[in-house]
Formats: sequence, structure tokens, C-alpha cells
Amino acid sequence: MSKIPVDQRHEYPQDNTYWRSREQLAEAPEWKALAQREFANEASELIDPVSRRNFLQFMTASMGLAGLQACRRPVQQILPYTRTPEDVIPGVAQHYASSFSMGQHSFGLLVESHEGRPTKVEGNPDHSSSFGGTNAYAQALVLDLYDADRSQAVLNKGKKATWADFSAFAKTLPADGAGVAVLSETIASPTLAAQSKAFLAKYPKAIWAQYDPLNSDNALAGAKLAFGSAVRAHADYEKADVIAAFGADFLHEGESLAASRQWAKRRKPDSQMSRLYVVEGQFTVTGAAADHRVRVQTRQVFDVLRAVAAELTKAGLPVDPAVKDAVASAKFENEKFVKALAKDLLAKKGKAVIVVGDAQPAAAHALAHTLNLALAAPVTFTAVPDYQATEQAEQLKALVDSLGSVTTLIILGGNPAYNLPFDVKFEERVKKIANVVHLSDRVDETSALAGWHLPRSHAFEAWGDTISFTGQVAPVQPLIEPLYDTKSDIEVVSILNGNSDKRGYDLVRATYSDRLDAEAFWRRSVHAGVFAGTQLAAVTPTLTTKWTAALAAPPAKAELELQFVVGSIYDGRFANNSWLQESPDPMSKLVWDNAALLSAKTAAEMSVKNGSVIKISYKGQSLDAPVWVQPGQPDKTISIALGYGRSKVGLVGENVGVNAYKLRHSAAPWFDGSVTAAPVAGATYKLVSTQDHGSMEGRPVVRERNLPEFQRDPGFARKMVQHPKLQSLFKEHDYTKGHQWSLIVDLNSCVGCNNCAVACQAENNIPVVGKDQVSRGRYMTWIRLDRYFEGSEEEPHVVHQAVMCMHCENAPCEQVCPVGATIHSPEGLNDIAYNRCIGTKYCLNNCPYKVRRFNFLAWHETEPEKIKMQHNPNVTVRMRGVIEKCTYCVQRINAGKIKEKTSKVAMKDGDVTPACAQACPSGALTFGDLLDPNSRVAQLGKDPRNYGMLEELNTKPRTTYLAKVRNLNPELG
Amino acid sequence: MQLFPKWTNRIPTLIAAGVPFILGGAVFGFWYWGSPKFLDVGYAPKQPVPYSHKKHAGELGIDCLYCHGPAEKGPHATVPATQVCMNCHTFVKTESADLAPVRHSWEKDVPVEWVRIHQVPDYAYFPHNAHLSAGVGCVECHGRVDQMPVVSQQEPLSMGWCLECHRNPEPHLRPASLVTQMDYTPSEADKLVVAERMKTINPPQHCSGCHR
Repeated sequence: MSKIPVDQRHEYPQDNTYWRSREQLAEAPEWKALAQREFANEASELIDPVSRRNFLQFMTASMGLAGLQACRRPVQQILPYTRTPEDVIPGVAQHYASSFSMGQHSFGLLVESHEGRPTKVEGNPDHSSSFGGTNAYAQALVLDLYDADRSQAVLNKGKKATWADFSAFAKTLPADGAGVAVLSETIASPTLAAQSKAFLAKYPKAIWAQYDPLNSDNALAGAKLAFGSAVRAHADYEKADVIAAFGADFLHEGESLAASRQWAKRRKPDSQMSRLYVVEGQFTVTGAAADHRVRVQTRQVFDVLRAVAAELTKAGLPVDPAVKDAVASAKFENEKFVKALAKDLLAKKGKAVIVVGDAQPAAAHALAHTLNLALAAPVTFTAVPDYQATEQAEQLKALVDSLGSVTTLIILGGNPAYNLPFDVKFEERVKKIANVVHLSDRVDETSALAGWHLPRSHAFEAWGDTISFTGQVAPVQPLIEPLYDTKSDIEVVSILNGNSDKRGYDLVRATYSDRLDAEAFWRRSVHAGVFAGTQLAAVTPTLTTKWTAALAAPPAKAELELQFVVGSIYDGRFANNSWLQESPDPMSKLVWDNAALLSAKTAAEMSVKNGSVIKISYKGQSLDAPVWVQPGQPDKTISIALGYGRSKVGLVGENVGVNAYKLRHSAAPWFDGSVTAAPVAGATYKLVSTQDHGSMEGRPVVRERNLPEFQRDPGFARKMVQHPKLQSLFKEHDYTKGHQWSLIVDLNSCVGCNNCAVACQAENNIPVVGKDQVSRGRYMTWIRLDRYFEGSEEEPHVVHQAVMCMHCENAPCEQVCPVGATIHSPEGLNDIAYNRCIGTKYCLNNCPYKVRRFNFLAWHETEPEKIKMQHNPNVTVRMRGVIEKCTYCVQRINAGKIKEKTSKVAMKDGDVTPACAQACPSGALTFGDLLDPNSRVAQLGKDPRNYGMLEELNTKPRTTYLAKVRNLNPELG
Repeated sequence: MQLFPKWTNRIPTLIAAGVPFILGGAVFGFWYWGSPKFLDVGYAPKQPVPYSHKKHAGELGIDCLYCHGPAEKGPHATVPATQVCMNCHTFVKTESADLAPVRHSWEKDVPVEWVRIHQVPDYAYFPHNAHLSAGVGCVECHGRVDQMPVVSQQEPLSMGWCLECHRNPEPHLRPASLVTQMDYTPSEADKLVVAERMKTINPPQHCSGCHR
């Protein structure tokens, strides 16, 4: 192990050993070589197709030309408006409230616009599913808008057509709708719901089915089992002392923004700190945040829940005898865990909650409801909108069963040819249908089967509305005229309903017109980004017991399991989004790929290692997938992310990864046994993981303690390194005037979700570099999320640490710059002037935190022209040959200071927020002025957990951390 | 046999004496003739409309902010929209041949293609509003525009020139209400106002003040 040479006199030696990769744990030579290199493997070498000789020739020629060009001043033109739009001040960004939905989940947004160009997305603080935070998908939405591969025109049988042609076609639909079927994505819009009702009224014999590959069918079915009606459960994690998550990645999926915010509020290390137990298959973000994580096959998660239920009822939890009897014999091999968890849940009755993931069977959800009610858990129930109250699998089955008699299939969004279960045989069936219409943002796998391809508007181009999981209704407000000749879902359904001239705006307005104050209400709501008073009605459901037979199912057999999980690009809809493709998976740190995740033991049994290829066979289907050995993965479980391996999506995402939908059966959409896997002899595949990039070489950079130890010595973090009195060789700056900026990262709240890194990318014009360049260590993201394992390879626990520029007061980078391109500002920022940088990379070498990035190539020059519209005009687009790094979003600081000067209103704490802190849903990042004694950073700086990374080098970092404190159950130790 | 005449012996000495001179000359030449002060000052390109600031700002006395209003509110002073021209020219000089491009722009909804004169590099961010609220007069950077029939660049707009003022702003400041006054001479009362202002303006002299 890479033990740090620890001085024995240290009061708190670094007793835990943290590791990031299996290679590091094993001290493999590759890892040593990588850690000791000046640059990551090959980053500094020119290994491009251009040979050195060619290169010199080009250089000579271009230098000659450059010399001539410089003689003339380029003429630049100013093209003012002819008629100035209201409220537009060139150079001042505007924000519009909007929202977007993914399946049943919708999030409120505030979208920034520069002279009509949407450039950046923030969360809407007034939206009950966002609270001002965003997820990475929301951040990346803006890149999708400018995607060069979006479709731009209506196509009929591959030929360009017009919307008028389609309207004419719509008029030929049979009057009673016989033979007409619609397959839409989840309806999460009251307006679309009303229109679908109108459609079914106009065409009574038509069929309308909703299907999303990542749906909450099991939760819905579970509620119907338990309560006999469709209700939704909403856990309040802020009120929970004990949380037991069974296969539920609630901090990263679904309502994760609200959940992680509530959860983080209770992770302050005091007597009120909550405790999180996770039982799961694949290692998720929630599992990494857990105090106690038990890895089991996903099929066994339900077994564990039943064992816990048995233990709870034995200990006297009052549940229906039918349930008690059904689970009485349930057992789980780790009895100690089950007993301790049950005891903890009972002890915190009223403040303990059980949550179950979407992948778990309906009976698991029903059992959790039963237990939660008995525990008086902080869970509220709401009704489900009637248009979401039928399981999507059922709707899909009804549609598929009738496909034989369908003559016109209208597919509204979605990509069924790619993401439907393989047993549906969609492609085969659809080819027999005379008219297939597909509304889609690009010509994809489904469009290839459809006679009519209709281009779909982006969420920032069209009016609409969304309803969130909790029932918060919010407007979708366009920021820009459609870039191409596109229409939104509601406009297309309106054409089908015979109103081809209705605009989206009027359609949405009509939904909210039945009020006396309709106009005022509408204006107020569009401004706020939410329709006030639109939460779903709370209900108090009553339990039934007819379902308890499902509890008696035999425990899962111990055989190889295949599990489908959600990766960086969701269900595949973001496959052409390079920010998300390049954002490392929170746990495996893989970029630009999915992989078959295996435990070390299972990999050894199959005699495969990272980058081997295995053939996974399941019910007559097979898929070759590269292997990634994931610490903490349960044995005999293959986890593979959906959404990859798109064959028709665009330049970015085509054939990235493998398509796991090929193995998805409608009877087992999330996991199943009876799968076989065998290595493909001789085949290898290059997977790129960033887990060893920016290695901290075993220094004590993450610090954590268990709660009782912390309470004994709250200041442990600062005592973990010993150093002589720190004395600088250089003259120190004066940091006593003006603003002194600082960023504090609370490791207790950080779950490693990547949202901050993608937000930073969007705000600061950070280029993507592609898989090959990432493998050479040339990645450009300013925030590196380090994921540390601690403990054994089988049962590690995890600490995530966001590492950005530390803005050291004694910055080592500044001392070595030969041209003074990186210099300290009087406000404590480590400034960099790109135009002064000559690219020696000395600063990069001398930075102990490895947070500086070098532009090895001219990344921005190869971008499609349209993507450039996303760029933030307030941040310089960097050229080849210069260093860049986190600036604390200095453009926002400057904007705040200019506002302070022009408005003569003093800046308050929180007026300036960098993009990372703004996006963080759990509030792990806090930014502010250290000299303001009431600022949050000044307060957090006094927290005993506060420590600076590598403080012993006397760098005096301005970015500091709050050490992690876990709340372990003493009985599990 | 003597191949070279005797005077060639002096060539190395001449080179030794000449090279520093030539190199020094090159450095001086680049420093002087290559500087913004030499290259940019006086730049007065031909504009699509022969608009005279002397006529409008000087003789007619239209305030700068009538056309360049966003200078107060945002980073860019902006060239006014065609709409602003048409506010008056719907009634005045409606047939003027010089104004044909403006009328064309108004009727066809296409912008007038003005040529940019004052330009800081893309990596430098100059906010007009911050400077106006601090009390930097328009004249300080743009010169006596009210006397220019054709606008030309008056100042080098180089980094050194910016820093001169950032290091010692006091002589360049005036009460914020008088920034557009072209023929301004400070009164004693104004000097007191400026001296008070000096306590708060704190112009940045570090990189990220302007480069970000």
C-alpha cells in the first residue's frame, strides 16, 4: 500500500490508506510510473499524424503569412439593431424562468441569455424540485440546443417536405381513429395531457401509449398493491434520523436535487446527524455517501428488505399479521447488519424512513410503504395525475399487441427503435405499418424506420409546461425562436387534432385560462417560473393486505446476474452531448464509454481484467462488452449502463460504448439472472478512466472521522499533518483590504455527482477533448472530482473530493512563471492572463494540487460553428499553448463589483456565486468574502473541521475543506 | 597571393560595432512604430454614412447618452440602433442622399454596417458603466468628439495607457453627472467631490480586473 511516510510523533497519523484505483492498491508499476511522471502519460508529446518535418514546414509558411497579415488592421464591423428589443442592454445577460422534464421528473430552470443566445442554465430556487440547484443534464441542455446534428426540416420518405404537407397528411387520418396509434414519452405536461384527451375524443378508436425506458412502473405498481390506488410517496430526508435505502440512488436519480438538499442539512456533525444505510447492487453515488453499505446482487435487495421486515415485526413493529407471517421466515446471511438496522429503525420510530429504488419489484415498494406507515416515517403521499397512473409497460404492451391492426403509428419523441425491450421486436413490426410518423430532435434509429420525420423543438425554443413528481406545475418559456423549422410536441398534437395554425403559446395559455385573474396569474407564473398553488393533493392512503402473497417469493438464487443502470447520458437521449460524455462516471470514472462492471472476484473467476471483452448472453441475445473491475461491486453481478452504443445520433455519440438495451427484456427491465458471460478470447478494448489522473500520491488530502471520535476531538483534521513553523521565502501579500474570496467544500455534503464540473464547463467555455485525448491526460475540466476508496477492495467506503484551483496565498505556480502571466490579485485570486502566457508549463509542474490545464491543441477551432453560440461572452476563449484553470468565476466577481459600484448598494454575502456553488444541489460548496465576519465562509472557516489541502507546504490555500464525519452505527463498527 | 584587399580586415570590427546598433534600431523601431500609439491613434475609417459628431454633438448639442445610452447601464456604449436615427430623421432631412443607407436599413430591417474604431482586444473587458459611474468623462478616452466631422481614435487604448489612469485616476475624474460634458474644466467644488470619490473607486491594477 502506498503508506505515507508518517512521522511517529504525529498526534493523528494518517491511519487510513486511501486509494483511487486497483492499480494503486496493488502498487502496480503502471500506477507508479503514472504518478511519478511530470505529465500524465503522453500528454506532453506530439503524437499527431503530422510529422515533425511537416510541422516545421507548416510553421515556416504560416509564420511568413502571419507576418504579412499583421501589417493591416482587420476591419471590424458593428451591426446595431434596427429596432431595439425592449429591455435588451448589449452585454448584460438576461434570465428567463423555464423548466424541463425527464420522464416523470421536472426541474425548474433559470436560463441565462446573452443578446438572444441561451448560454447557461441555473436552477430555479422557487421550484420545489430544484431549489436553485441543477443536475448535470440540465446544465448540458444548452449544448443540445446548438447540437450540429439536430434535424432541420420535415422529411417524408427521406425527402424534404413542409409542415403544410404534414398537416395535409394529418387530415387523412381515419375519422374514428381506427388503426391510429400514438407512442409518446411520459406525459409530464398538463397541456399535452389535455391535448391527448382531446385527441382520444376526436379519434375514439385510437390508442395512446406512453413509454420511457427509465420509468417508475414498479413504484406505481407497488403503491397500487399496498393501497389499492395510485399514490406517490415523498420521503422528507430532512426529518429523517435514519434512512435505509434499498437499491435507491435517491441522491443522484429522480428527485435528487430536493433529496440531496434535505439530506445534506442533516449531515452536519452534531447530535442531530442522520445515518444512512444502503443496500444495493452496483456502487452508486448514494451507496458512496452511506454510513453502512451492504453490497448484494440487485435481485437480493428485496430479500434483505424482507429480512429487515421480519426482524422489525419480531421486535414488535405493529404491522398487519398477513405481512408479518409472509416475511417471518425471511433471512439474510449478514444477520448482524439486519439486526442493527432494524434496531436503529425502531429506536428512531417517527424519524426513520425506508426508501426503495425504481428497479425493485412492486412488492418491495408495497412492503416499504407498510413498514413506513408502521414506523410513522416522515413520508407524505400525493395522488398521481390520471395521465400518469397506468404502468407504462402495460401501455406499451397494449400498443404492441394491437400493432397488427395499426396503419398509422405516430411516435412523439422517444426513440423506440433503440430503447424498447428486445422482445417487442419493434423494428420488425413497425416495418409492416404503412405510415410511421416520428417527432424527434435528430434523425435517429427510429427516424430511419419512419416515413415522416418531424423535427422537434428544443425546450428553449418552444412554449410548454411541465408537472414535476411532486405536482409542481411550471411553464416552459422559449428563449430563442426555433433555430430550424421545428415544432414542439403540443404543436404537433394540435395539428393532429385539426388545429394546425395554433401556436404553442396559445395552447399553453388555454390550459390556464379558466381563472378570473388568468392574465395576471399567467404573467406572474411565467415570471416566477412556477404556477403557484399547484402541488398535487396530499392523500392519506389506507393499507390493503391482498398482495402479501408476493412477499412469500423464494429468495433469489445465487447465480450470475445482469443489471441495468443509468449512466452519464441518461437513457441515451444525451448521447450526442459531449459535456456529459466526457464527464467521468462518479464511481468508475470512465469517460466516453459504458462497461460491464464486475467485482474483482467475479473477474478473476472469468479470468478477465480491465479492458477484456466478455460476451454476455441472455435469452438468445448476446452483447460484447468491455470489462471494468469496480471495487465494491457485488460478486456475480454484471452492471451495465443503458444509453450507450447509439448507431444513429450524430458525430459525437455514434457508436460510443455498447447498447445494453439489446439485452433488456420487458419481463425484466432492470435485472435478471439466467445470464451467461464468457470472455471473448483475444479481444481487448481501451477504456479510459480518469481515476488516476491528478494523483495526490498518497498524501493526507482527505480527512475523516467517525462521529464519536470527532466529538472527542473536533479539531482532528488540522492535527493530521505536522510541520515546522511555516515561513515564506517570498514577501507575503497584504490580505487585509477589500474582498478576500474563499471557497469551502464540505466533504460531508459532497456526494460526487459531477454537477459542479459540468456547470463549470458551461460557464467557462471549457472545451471537450475526446476519449483519446483524455487518455493522454489532456482533459480540460477545471474541477476534478477525486473519488477515494478506503478499506478493502470488496467493501470499500468512499470519499469524494472536488479539487479546483486552491488560489493559494503563497502560490507555487506564480513563483515559477518566467513571464509573470500568473500573478496574485489583491483579493486573493490567483490570476492568469492568457495572452501573456507563453506555455512553458512550469506552473503546471509546480502546482502541488495538479489543477492547472494546458491547451495542448486548439480545441475550440475544431468545434462546429453553432456550438460557439453557447460560449459565455464574458470569458476568454483560450487558444492553443496557454495554461488555464479555475478562476473562482472571476467574471461573476467582477460583475458583482461593477454592480456594487454603479448601484452604490454594498455587496452582500451570496451576491457572487461561482457556477459550481450555484449548481450544487446539496450546498456542499460555499463561496464568499473572508473579511466579512458574517459571511458563510467566514463562519465555516471557524468550523473545527476546516482544513487546507497540503497546508504543510505553506501554500495557504483559499479553497479549503470541511473534513468528513461519518455516523457509524456502533453495533456495526 | 593576396585574395582580399586590406580594408576587408576591418569588416569584423564594423560588424561588432554595427550589430548592436542594428538590433537596437530594430527594437526601437518595433517599440515605436509598432505600438498602438503609432498604429492606432488617428484611425478614421470611412463609414457607410458620413455621420458628423461635430454637427450632432457639437453644433446641435445632443447629449452623448441620447444615442449611446447603454453606456450607463452596461459594458458596451453601442452604436445606436437605426430606430434612434429615425427618431429625428423621419422628420428632418428625409430626402438626404447621405442618409439613404439609414432609410434602407429602416425599411428592410437590415443593420447599417458601421466600422468599429475603438477596440480593445478580445481578452480585455472594458465596462463603460463602471467608468461612467466612477466619473470618467467620455472625453478622457474618445477625445473631443464634438469637434470631429469624422471620428478618429485619439488615444492608444493600450494596456500601459489604461494603467496610467488606473494608477492615478484623480486628474481624470469629475462628478458623475458631468461625464458627457465635452469642454469640462473642474471647479473647486468638483475637486472636493472627486477627492471624496477617490476613497471608494479603487480601480483594479491586477490581471483579472480586465482579463478573465
